[in-house]
Amino acid sequence: MKPFTQMKGLVAPMDRANVDTDMIIPKQFLKSIKRSGFGPNLFDELRYLDEGQPGQDCSNRPLNKDFPLNFPRYQGASVLLARENFGCGSSREHAPWALEDYGFRCIIAPSYADIFFNNCFKNGVLPIALDADIVDRLFQEMYASEGYQLEIDLEAQIITTPSGEVIAFEVESGRKHCLLNGLDDIGITLQQADAIRAYEEKRRKEAPWLFSRSA
Amino acid sequence: MAGKTLYDKLWDDHLVAITDDGDALLYIDRHLVHEVTSPQAFEGLRLASRRPWRIDANLATPDHNVPSSVEERVAGVDGIVDPVSKLQVVTLDDNCEEFGIEEFKINDARQGIVHVVGPEQGATLPGMTVVCGDSHTATHGALGAIAHGIGTSEVEHVLATQCLRQRKMKNMLVNVDGELRPGVTAKDIVLAVIGKIGTAGGNGCAIEFGGSTIRKLSMEGRMTICNMAIEAGARVGMVAVDETTLKYVEGRPYAPTGENWEKAVAYWKTLRSDDDAVFDKVVELDAQDILPQVTWGTSPEMVASIDDTVPGPDDFAEPVRKAACERALQYMGLKAGQRIRDIQLDRIFIGSCTNSRIEDLRAAADVVKGRKIASSIKEALVVPGSGLVKRQAEAEGLDKIFIEAGMKWREPSCSMCLAMNSDKLGAGEHCASTSNRNFEGRQGFGGRTHLVSPAMAAAAAVAGHFVDVNELVGGAQ
Ligand code: SF4
Repeated sequence: MKPFTQMKGLVAPMDRANVDTDMIIPKQFLKSIKRSGFGPNLFDELRYLDEGQPGQDCSNRPLNKDFPLNFPRYQGASVLLARENFGCGSSREHAPWALEDYGFRCIIAPSYADIFFNNCFKNGVLPIALDADIVDRLFQEMYASEGYQLEIDLEAQIITTPSGEVIAFEVESGRKHCLLNGLDDIGITLQQADAIRAYEEKRRKEAPWLFSRSA
Repeated sequence: MAGKTLYDKLWDDHLVAITDDGDALLYIDRHLVHEVTSPQAFEGLRLASRRPWRIDANLATPDHNVPSSVEERVAGVDGIVDPVSKLQVVTLDDNCEEFGIEEFKINDARQGIVHVVGPEQGATLPGMTVVCGDSHTATHGALGAIAHGIGTSEVEHVLATQCLRQRKMKNMLVNVDGELRPGVTAKDIVLAVIGKIGTAGGNGCAIEFGGSTIRKLSMEGRMTICNMAIEAGARVGMVAVDETTLKYVEGRPYAPTGENWEKAVAYWKTLRSDDDAVFDKVVELDAQDILPQVTWGTSPEMVASIDDTVPGPDDFAEPVRKAACERALQYMGLKAGQRIRDIQLDRIFIGSCTNSRIEDLRAAADVVKGRKIASSIKEALVVPGSGLVKRQAEAEGLDKIFIEAGMKWREPSCSMCLAMNSDKLGAGEHCASTSNRNFEGRQGFGGRTHLVSPAMAAAAAVAGHFVDVNELVGGAQ
């Protein structure tokens, strides 16, 4: 997992409440054998005018010109500004996979669905929850100025706006530690690599047949 | 201090560390891999530039998507018609190649359903922790091992760290004592257990199956029982090690030999619950009370004896179960009070990780030998659990017995157990199946599954409806 420390990035809007995981990545893409490559199909039904199929080249598909992510001014965005209950629906990890693959490293919204919120941390995406009125203000500022960027500092737990305003945010310490160091569950377990090796050493002596194929 | 259960002993022997948040880090000796739940785990390894922690702890084989028909199989992977199935099998091949993991590929004689292959090869052994991205991994507990299914993110975790983060389960003992009646098999025992404790009966528990009846069962019978621990709500099912276990394991390709064998046996002999061990839950069954079982509903706990009638909503007190019964009867197209023996069948499926081993096939062949399946049966499939089971059955002439009876003899795969290849039930069709799940649509959209033993499935094939196998084969064991 990529560590998340500080970033400065262009902000794009997803200006509706209750965006569910099917909207983030429609179900036909779940048959994939991969967890990467979902970026072109992020918000597929909103982004394109035709129905997307797995494995299809998206570069020639008709774009929905009214969908903000297709506006020239939001190209290259890495911060997604969203509304209440973002990521509701299923537990599939494909949703954060798709957001991350598209290039979003940080989401800012008033609230999130639980499992989605957890899954983001597991996949190197920082979901920040702020008061609804602050989120609303950020939406207005973003709409008012093209090229609107936010600076996010996870260590200090602050967001800095272009005007220099500093907004503090909460993040649970364990999760912060994992994100800062790029540790997923596997990363955390691997911090105990010495203990695992010591166990193997001992077992190899006690139960050598477990380590040698005799066929 | 009270003694330890078998589960306690195995747990303690595999404990690497306790993490800050109270999870245990448990060492995994054997990781079995198949094509459905592994692609994203391998992909995760690649994305994070990780390698498997211990390559020789992994063993792979494709099973779910592998076609069972001889025609589709001759061309190997290229012959798989469904592109999604094919891609999963190809991906497993590629991943095993890339990471150096041993794989029994599609037409290797050792290929088969992962839960048949593991014990058959001696790749799963007593005293091991065994995991696989498949809930019927409990099967391997028959050898005296902790074995259970895991999700895809855990598959990746085991590949990368050889460990699993876990909380300890509770201990449950299911004791079956006494002499089995003729025609009653391991499958009937486990269905009766599930009927008694329900599909949530073993939630949060590791079930140890014990008692004189279980001790007398062959290893294959014990595997059938542990296989369905998951249908009783328990992720783990296990049986203590005894002489039967040791005899089964000796001489298998991956089993230890020479000095290592002696050492292993000395340890394995300790793998039983202490006499003063305390279980959180104990359930007792008398073997004499068990008759051949048939499920009538859409959950494995909806089970009855061959002499019974189909129950109705009024037979259940709780509203939830009343409603479940009503819905199940509707889906299954059955009426309350109808005799189980009057259920007419369209198809027969003998196979799956529950009942596709050589003894299962022998039991079925015994029943159909010299007989023909009923003309009303559209198709009766016999699908051996592995290439080696198939070879053994053919050496014994079982394939001929099935074919002469009008059944189809297929190539090893999961086949109609979950209908991921082209073997499926049509809507409304009733199937006597030796598999483990009778959920709505499990064997095909609208299909109606009745879970039974191989002997009962064979008897049903001959009669065209359910029948007590003893009426066909006097005193069959
Ligand atoms: S035979 Fe059925 S239950 Fe067993 S592994 Fe295959 S699909 Fe799963």
